[in-house]
Amino acid sequence: MVPWFAWLSAVLFAVGLYISFFVAPMDAQQSEAYRIMFIHVPASILSMFIYLIMAGYAALGLIFNTRLSSMMASALAPTGALFAFLSLWTGALWGKPMWGAWWVWDARLTSELILLFLYLGFIALHASIDDPRRADRAAALLAIVGSVNVPIIYFSVKWWNTLHQGSTIKFTGTSMHVAMQQGMYTMLLACWLYAIAVTLTRVRSIILERERNAQWVLELSEAK
Amino acid sequence: MNWGEFFAMKGYGLYVWGSFGVALLIFIVEIALVRHRRAIALQQLRLLRDAGEEE
Repeated sequence: MVPWFAWLSAVLFAVGLYISFFVAPMDAQQSEAYRIMFIHVPASILSMFIYLIMAGYAALGLIFNTRLSSMMASALAPTGALFAFLSLWTGALWGKPMWGAWWVWDARLTSELILLFLYLGFIALHASIDDPRRADRAAALLAIVGSVNVPIIYFSVKWWNTLHQGSTIKFTGTSMHVAMQQGMYTMLLACWLYAIAVTLTRVRSIILERERNAQWVLELSEAK
Repeated sequence: MNWGEFFAMKGYGLYVWGSFGVALLIFIVEIALVRHRRAIALQQLRLLRDAGEEE
């Protein structure tokens, strides 16, 4: 299934980038700089979604003691961390020309930085415990407790007066130009499929590494 | 619109291409890492099985 996700993602990236740079019109206030949005917004959305999915899998592994759920959680963490980093990086490059600062201690930026540290903490904690099942349980606890941060990021622009702007896409509709929307949704979908392809590939490696003493693993045709 | 204007992004080129460039770099590095990890995992399995057969 991985090649399907990977190729579909590549095609959607190509279409999404084309719309982002050649179809979507220039923004009236932000000139061409707003085009950072086409990577910033999908990266931010995914950094939060991946965290929730990771915490969900970790919780399943903790409650039902299922090994595969915990392996999925471990496989999601690095991709989530990269999207969180990308969100902060593109945000800084957008903040500099628009706000005049690479970084401000604004509620949304700070909570997204905490999200990145939660991902890194999850990875580090899991790596620091030798017994993989104990590592799964400890890291799961961290992931579950840390998931309170996700709604804080999401609602931070409503709860506090932030420099970061509020959501333009609302459940009640949006004021965004239709080509900008198409570009953003295409890029979002492309990033989703990319994350699925990379995570599935990574979880397959984790399964092989952790189940290497099982007979069925040694009988796999790919290992021959 | 010519290519020079396109890459200049009305003076925001550094910010726009800095964002998309790093995104591309991250994706390429991550893909290389997961492929490498899979190759290593498969290689270790082969070594483990070959060691088992010799016994």
